[in-house]
Amino acid sequence: MKLEQGLLYSKSHEWVKDNGDEIVIGLTDHAQSELGDLVFVNLPEEGDELVVGESFADVESVKAVSDVYAPVSGVITEINEELLDAPEKINEAPYEAWLVKVKEVTDKEELLSVEEYEAFVASEQE
Amino acid sequence: MLIFEKSRTGRGIDTLPACDVPEVLPSEAHQRTKALHLPQMSEGDLSRHYTELAKKSHGVNDGFYPLGSCTMKYNPKLNDAAANLPGFTEIHPLQPEESVQGCLEVLQKAEEYLCEITGMDHMSMQPAAGAHGEFAGLLLIKAYHESRRENKRKKILVPDSAHGTNPASAVMAGYKVVSIPSGPDGCVDIEKLKEAATDEVAGLMLTNPNTVGLFDKNILEITDIVHQCGGLNYYDGANLNAVMGIVRPGDMGFDVIHLNLHKTFSTPHGGGGPGSGPVGCKDFLTQFLPSKLVAGETILSFVRPEHSIGEMKSFYGNFLVVVRALAYIMTLGREGIPEASRNAVLNANYMMEKLKDLYTIAYNEICMHEFVMSLDDLKKEYGVSAMDIAKGLLDHDIHPPTMYFPLIVSEALMAEPTETESRETLDEAIAVFRKLYQDAKENAEVLHRAPVSTPVTRLDEVGAARNPVLRYQWPD
Amino acid sequence: MGSYIPNTEQERREMLNDIGYRSMEDLFVHIPSDMKVKEGLAIPEGLSELEVNRKMQQMAGKNKIYGSIFRGAGAYRHFIPSIVKSVVSKENLMTAYTPYQAEISQGILQSIFEYQTMICELTGMDVSNASVYDGAAAAAEAIAMCRERKRKKALISAVVMPSVLETVQTYCFGNEMELVVIPEKDGVTDMEALKEQLDEGTACIYIQHPNYCGNLEDPEQIGNLAHKAGAKFVMGVNPISLGILKTPREYGADVAVGDGQPLGLPLGFGGPYLGFMACVEGMTRKLPGRIVGETKDADGKTGYVLTLQAREQHIRREKSSSNICSNQALCALTIGVYLAAMGKEGIANAAVQCASKAHYLAGELEKIGFKLENQREYFHEFITSSEQPAVKILEALEVQNILGGYPLDEKRILWCCTEMNSKAEIDEVIHHIKEV
Repeated sequence: MKLEQGLLYSKSHEWVKDNGDEIVIGLTDHAQSELGDLVFVNLPEEGDELVVGESFADVESVKAVSDVYAPVSGVITEINEELLDAPEKINEAPYEAWLVKVKEVTDKEELLSVEEYEAFVASEQE
Repeated sequence: MLIFEKSRTGRGIDTLPACDVPEVLPSEAHQRTKALHLPQMSEGDLSRHYTELAKKSHGVNDGFYPLGSCTMKYNPKLNDAAANLPGFTEIHPLQPEESVQGCLEVLQKAEEYLCEITGMDHMSMQPAAGAHGEFAGLLLIKAYHESRRENKRKKILVPDSAHGTNPASAVMAGYKVVSIPSGPDGCVDIEKLKEAATDEVAGLMLTNPNTVGLFDKNILEITDIVHQCGGLNYYDGANLNAVMGIVRPGDMGFDVIHLNLHKTFSTPHGGGGPGSGPVGCKDFLTQFLPSKLVAGETILSFVRPEHSIGEMKSFYGNFLVVVRALAYIMTLGREGIPEASRNAVLNANYMMEKLKDLYTIAYNEICMHEFVMSLDDLKKEYGVSAMDIAKGLLDHDIHPPTMYFPLIVSEALMAEPTETESRETLDEAIAVFRKLYQDAKENAEVLHRAPVSTPVTRLDEVGAARNPVLRYQWPD
Repeated sequence: MGSYIPNTEQERREMLNDIGYRSMEDLFVHIPSDMKVKEGLAIPEGLSELEVNRKMQQMAGKNKIYGSIFRGAGAYRHFIPSIVKSVVSKENLMTAYTPYQAEISQGILQSIFEYQTMICELTGMDVSNASVYDGAAAAAEAIAMCRERKRKKALISAVVMPSVLETVQTYCFGNEMELVVIPEKDGVTDMEALKEQLDEGTACIYIQHPNYCGNLEDPEQIGNLAHKAGAKFVMGVNPISLGILKTPREYGADVAVGDGQPLGLPLGFGGPYLGFMACVEGMTRKLPGRIVGETKDADGKTGYVLTLQAREQHIRREKSSSNICSNQALCALTIGVYLAAMGKEGIANAAVQCASKAHYLAGELEKIGFKLENQREYFHEFITSSEQPAVKILEALEVQNILGGYPLDEKRILWCCTEMNSKAEIDEVIHHIKEV
């Protein structure tokens, strides 16, 4: 399982990059590996509101759909349109293939550090 | 090769005579200018093309088809003969009622017999498939609560083991779905149900036996809990083949049901349809049934339920499918209906008993018409999944059981042999399953590559979804 | 009594014994006995094949088969080439399940892929699904497809088949979309009323073309209005008419739907028919129902598979946009064979004959005193009114084994002609009506 330094992680397997006034959200390597080959990503629109803990997007593999949960509350400023035509980028480079950028962050859930996330994933697999 | 690739300009079939009245064409503004490409072939080539396609298909007529939840029983030819009578096929749905008394009789008899089999009071044949019947049934529930101004009832309870159409239909009917967990016994968790049964609940959707093939013995308590909180009980009739003539949904506390004529009542699956999904109900809901019902004794006519939810589609349903189901019910009759269920259950238990020493049975007790195996252990120990076993079966010309359903069982294979299989067919299938188990232990690679003897090997489904090619394109 | 159960009493006893049970009752012992059916079902005893055959023939015999039919209104009698029935009754195709196991279902899958292609060709659209229940259900699903978070209002023309309107209303009772009916004016959709209703909350506008009166609408203008308001344009069309009429795509439609019954499906007292749905590429993932796609197998061979399944109920469950599972697959196969047998010449020929014979009948009816209500171009259906009660006219025809047009009210009749109505048949109709 690949991990990246400098990011925070959620228990629902999203990664969060805190750029100060802007947050970037994506899916972890563990997530993409569990999901298998992704065939489509359903992203929200710019201007949509995120509510912490609620699903704001979903990703499709051939046989399943999985929700992506908001680790923060805020407003979406940008979506990664590349993913609409090439969802496989999430499989190939999960920490580069960001899903959305968020501003006006009001609420945050408890996010994990790299080490905490690693331990969390290990415990889930028991 | 696609039919379009076999087409040659100028070839064709002489189907129609020349026009014998002055020709009238649309004005230029409305004339088609976009080219229309359709195959141009002789009848002989066309006929061969479809024979080729038929050879690459596999029906119940070709072999054992133990698809759990689908009831792939034999499709009697008598039913086809009945459905092909010109006295049915040539009838326009808007003919005067006195000229279609036979059609009305078919609808009335089907309703009468199916109501008796299910313990309902009235039934509409209009829904065209199970999911359509579910949608109609939920709209009945909605109309009922609205008529009583119970407008805060916005939730429908659905077990987590339910077929996907259940929650999808609930949402189409404008409801929010509340998932009820199954207990470790595979049945509805009574305590969780009690917690969820509030005055915001419109109803519960359930099938019994459930999707793991078990008869939930708490059924009367379950339906009572829902009634107590003011909700109604909806029965998904997909599994009726286990209990028809033995126990009736109407006696289990259900208020609304749908049936799948293409499952329980032997009408052909047609490669995915047409089916028929009649929706039935107890008397207090009859006024909301869709479209029209048939009334009368010697002279029959259509009547519209007083507060009907409206039309689910045009006309009266998949009528020719109902004809087939009626012929089947008339053939089986009073004794044959429960006889079918009893033997469906016998065949399922027979198959289960003969496999359980090798395959893990998800719920190890008497099953009903179907049982679920979990290949979790096989996957962990030998890396062979439910998919691999399924594909392995294809190389032995057996259609695999249902894979990966229900969701509450990991690496699930759900088998439903039905009553129309002989003991030797079952024995042969059991032998193949047992052999595949050995292959999994000794030669897993074979299964990973399966199937190899079919017209195509495993297909790239990821590519198909990422870069969809959904039609043929003519070269410009 | 037939039961289609191969195992004899003896064999069943042996099987029970083999797995440790004494009797069939033992298998049902866990069902509470007071719930079980006690006295047996109150339905007749089972019958032998001969007896069932006889009864079905009796019932069929109580229905009148008309020698010629001049009634449409949503169900049309067209010529069905013999090869169609021959293909559709092939057992491997007819008794097959949904092609989830693609490797042994290439025949079914390819036939659906071919059907999808042909529907796209007819309608001019980019993508078609594998079918839904019928034209009315297709209209309702198409309207639901257009729904967006801020656009929940659908506009529907009043001049559509009544059961289509009612079905859409029923579906909207479910999904709680707001439905506004745009009234009719001069036999077509009222353009001014439409303009008034189009706003930024409109999801789509649905019209039927030709409409219920038989008239051709002004789809191009309606499409432009819809798009200017940011709404989608959905057209319900007659597939035979597309042999000579402009395609929905050329008019600017986003979604084209209709009933495929005219394409080789018998009248069958209303079903099974088939709803086709086709759309522009941008709306592909909103299409409900099954879709077949082309791909390659492990050896590089071309094959077909159900694809984009993550839209559907078995995967998305409560998040799917439609609950549809079974469709009208065998009917789609029927349509594919019909279109291949007729070819583009045949379809165009059928369409021209439909229009021509309808206009001929209309002309002849006018000559004997009927008033033709249609003031616009029409395809193969038209409405007449007369002083004579419609009932009287139609009864005179029924006695002659002719099913006349559909009575809309006491004085008005909706007539239809297809390629099945010869000139002689039409002249006979005129002859018998004259006597009234």
